[in-house]
Amino acid sequence: MTNIQDKISKLCPSATFEEGEVLLVNVPDNDWHSLAVALKDDAELHFDMLSALVGMDWKDSYGCMYYLTNTETQQMLSVKVATTDRENPMIHSVSDVWKVALFQEREAYDFFGIVFVNHPDMRRMFLRNDWVGYPLRKDYDANPDVNPIRMTDEVNEDDTFSMVEDENGNIVRQDKKVFGDDEYVVNIGPQHPSTHGVMRFRTSVDGEIVKKVDVVSGYIHRGIEKMCESMTYPQTLPFPDRMDYMSAHQNRHCLCMCIEKALGIEVPRRAQVIRVMMDELMRISSHLLSYGCTTMDMGATTAFFYGFRERERILDIFEKTCGARMSLHYNVIGGVAHDLHPDFVKDVKEFCAIMPDCLKEYHKLYTGNIIAQNRMKGVGVLSKEDAINYAITGPSARATGFSCDCRKKHPYSIYNELEFDEVVDTEGAGDSFTRYLLRLKEIEQSVKILEQLVDNIPEGEICAKVPKIIKLPAGHWYQQVEASRGVFGVYIESTGDKSPYRMHFQSPCFNLVGVMDICCKGHMIADLITIGATLDFVVPDIDR
Amino acid sequence: MAVKIKSMKYEDFKDNEYIEKLVEELKASGTNVIVGKFDDLINWGRANSLWPLCFGTSCCAIEFMCLGAARYDMARFGFEVARNSPRQADYIMVQGTIVHRMAPVLRRLYEQLAEPKYVIACGGCAVSGGPFKKSYCVVPGVDKILPVDVYIPGCPPRPEAMFYGLMQLQRKIKVERFFGDANRREKIKDFFAEHPEMKDQM
Amino acid sequence: MFNFGLVTEWIDNWLESLMPQWAATTVECLLIGLALILAYSLLALFYILYERKLCAWFQCRLGPDRVGYWGLLQVFADMFKILIKELISLKGTDRFLFALAPYLVIIASMLVFSNLPWGNGLQIVDFNIGVFFMIAASSIGVLGVLLAGWSSNNKYTLIGAMRSGAQMISYELSVGLSIMTIVLLAGTMSVSELVAAQADGWFIFKGHIPALIAFIVYLIAATAETNRGPFDLPEAEHELTAGYHTEYSGIHFGFFYLAEYLNLFIVSGIASLMFLGGWMPLHIPGWEGFNAVMDFIPSIVWFLGKAFFISFVIIWFKWTFPRVRIDQMLALEWKYLMPIGLFNIILMAIVVTCGLHF
Repeated sequence: MTNIQDKISKLCPSATFEEGEVLLVNVPDNDWHSLAVALKDDAELHFDMLSALVGMDWKDSYGCMYYLTNTETQQMLSVKVATTDRENPMIHSVSDVWKVALFQEREAYDFFGIVFVNHPDMRRMFLRNDWVGYPLRKDYDANPDVNPIRMTDEVNEDDTFSMVEDENGNIVRQDKKVFGDDEYVVNIGPQHPSTHGVMRFRTSVDGEIVKKVDVVSGYIHRGIEKMCESMTYPQTLPFPDRMDYMSAHQNRHCLCMCIEKALGIEVPRRAQVIRVMMDELMRISSHLLSYGCTTMDMGATTAFFYGFRERERILDIFEKTCGARMSLHYNVIGGVAHDLHPDFVKDVKEFCAIMPDCLKEYHKLYTGNIIAQNRMKGVGVLSKEDAINYAITGPSARATGFSCDCRKKHPYSIYNELEFDEVVDTEGAGDSFTRYLLRLKEIEQSVKILEQLVDNIPEGEICAKVPKIIKLPAGHWYQQVEASRGVFGVYIESTGDKSPYRMHFQSPCFNLVGVMDICCKGHMIADLITIGATLDFVVPDIDR
Repeated sequence: MAVKIKSMKYEDFKDNEYIEKLVEELKASGTNVIVGKFDDLINWGRANSLWPLCFGTSCCAIEFMCLGAARYDMARFGFEVARNSPRQADYIMVQGTIVHRMAPVLRRLYEQLAEPKYVIACGGCAVSGGPFKKSYCVVPGVDKILPVDVYIPGCPPRPEAMFYGLMQLQRKIKVERFFGDANRREKIKDFFAEHPEMKDQM
Repeated sequence: MFNFGLVTEWIDNWLESLMPQWAATTVECLLIGLALILAYSLLALFYILYERKLCAWFQCRLGPDRVGYWGLLQVFADMFKILIKELISLKGTDRFLFALAPYLVIIASMLVFSNLPWGNGLQIVDFNIGVFFMIAASSIGVLGVLLAGWSSNNKYTLIGAMRSGAQMISYELSVGLSIMTIVLLAGTMSVSELVAAQADGWFIFKGHIPALIAFIVYLIAATAETNRGPFDLPEAEHELTAGYHTEYSGIHFGFFYLAEYLNLFIVSGIASLMFLGGWMPLHIPGWEGFNAVMDFIPSIVWFLGKAFFISFVIIWFKWTFPRVRIDQMLALEWKYLMPIGLFNIILMAIVVTCGLHF
């Protein structure tokens, strides 16, 4: 820690430090961009991934929290940049250093109105262009008359602007267009069968070849982060289930862990084991759905039904224990909500026994098919550098050879006691086929984890003693888990109240959709669908 | 006159006052025998061939996929041919939250559907906004922007619940008239009468 | 074998005894037209159910089983509904072309329909270039698809139509080449003569290797001709929502839907005519008893059975394979199928000139 601290104070003398779970660096805005470049390029520090960017409103100032990760040593660093200008808050963009900031900064702009200087494209990310105000500001006017349900079509979002710093240090506004006048723009979405929800890709095509993909998001932006600020901690728990509904357990696990970490609650062993088993079941179910959707999007409808056949078995297991098929609400602060169903062990064993054969069947049905291979191999190649630069995690990143499994890198719960392999594609092909295959391989590993645990569920409490009214001490916490689609993070900032001052969910899918443009460029329209399917994003997780 | 559909007994539906009222109205107005038979035939066709528009925004859409998958198999009832183009679909099942940005899009999809068209609000979010009701940008129930025929509560509703909702829709279709007075085109006018502000915005 | 020609002749004589020649011909034309439309719609309905049931079984499902016994009335329910569904007319489209397109597609398939050898003596038109006429008539269909895509004034339909144009024109070549191979073997283009030539063995056996190659090439090309998976790019549900017929509603969409299934029947019918003997029963030279038993099965059953079998194979393709991409599809045709087809014609010419066939 001190080593990093020394280095940073040499690089940027104006920085101040706060110790915490992660070292926090306070940097004034003027020095931020040069420090960011140094942090990334320095051979020893080498913080090459921007894990999270959290926009903040501290009442007297606006700003951002940046969580940086060194992908080799897994060291983390947080940086706080604030501006006291409440009229025209401006912070220097780091989108040229970490590409992931291209989207993340637009989100902060949308929520807080913080304009990022030198960011190439400052449009709103989630809300309509004619939205009045910035909703996550503490002084936002929530009166429905200000922003009624507008039934008029949105004005064309082709116009954008960026604030650019010229040589003299003056910040000037530059108006731009997203697409040129002579481009043939096909609108894919928001209601389209293959966007896996309500995603919208404005795609400029030349014949069948995709030239540029402009991602328009926000068709399912539900304002979860703002709602959390007015709720008590237990009341916030249902939301992660509904963000990435295919990683409901993992997401909720993450939020619970973050709150438990802040409260200093020790979760009983039995609850830990149950949580991990549920996480892995959820992962299998998610990958099965992903298999089904990938095949269906490519036109092989039958394979989809085979994936769903096994998924129903997992849903049965969930249903018996949790009482629901999809929004499970099983994790609570301190443990799990209720004990396992008596059939649980038997069902899981049966499931683990049939799964290897089913996987063989899937491969027989689809993987070996020559058309499927031609459709996926070499399509939508993502390099390891890009994956880190765009902070891609999960199976899509591991297909590029980037080892980023949070269960191995930042072990949580009981994952460090378990024996399983992180599936990483050693050749780093990073194409659609590798991504598709990697998910099926991950199912094998999850089955392995389940087999280890199913006979070793310890007896004991399922939930720790938790105070009736949960108040987190003042401070901020960041917790990550490996959800089905990548690293899911929860950031909580508390002022010691019953409800969080700010709660931010760092979703893996938001970053995934950011690489659509670079993956699809030069491929065909049909490949856009393949790439979307194999990147496997869930739209409510993007929009939150 | 009991409204019959094959998949569920009349007694199981009895509590539905709305349909009872429609049946009363039909009885009161009376109808020609031949035209009445034609109506029956047409309604039989419509009720048994409900093609959905693929429209899912969130969790409910996954349950809808389960509805089509092997265990539940909605193809049995003839709900199978999910169309991706609204022109060819019969009903729109709103699966998931509708937010401000999506509202005009959903409305346009509704207008693109060919008559006769039906709307099912599926899941808590579509019925009332669900857990997101208090949010700054969520439409608190699609009935604020569309005339809804059937509500299916649940978060998300189980596939069985979706079947139940679809059967209620079948039943509602059976008391319609193709020839004569009670045509569906009136519905949107009623809706505008209730929500005049929507008309101003169109 | 029962000759349906006797029945038609009897009707002809009867009508002529009742009225003058010109009136009798007119009445006959009307009757034939009615029979054609009836057979057309019944077959389409049958095919829709056939495919739905088949795909359900492939996918471990049950398929329609609630409407009528075993789901048999399902297609009728669909038909009633689609007949009275609203026809949406769009702003900014070419109204005339927009309305014309579905009829063109239907007319194309109906023209071919009239040429198929349904049974012994059951054929509506039989002339000396029957096969040629079929190929020519079936390619009118692409015009309808192109028109539909163009006149809808929608980007998706336009892409779908362009794909369709490229696809159909390319694969027409392979269909033509493989049919030509068989014409080379048979030495005739007349449908009835083609069938008669297969009395002592179907062409797929008589022409052995080149006929088999032609059959496989035809099957692939025909699947593409009918826009069915894995070549369903013009519709490509998951890419272009519904492809060229995105903007069509009601019965106009119904026409496209019907034509799709009818085209499936037609390509299967042509395959059974060219390779599997049309309505001709399975005859093995020398096995008199066996041949006699085969002759007991009515000729129309033979023809429909063969056609349904080939349709089954094509449906099987659709529900198993993923969709190919446009460049892969064109590469398959121009780099593989067409050279193979050309080579195959030469092979067949050698076989025929040297008398190496059975």
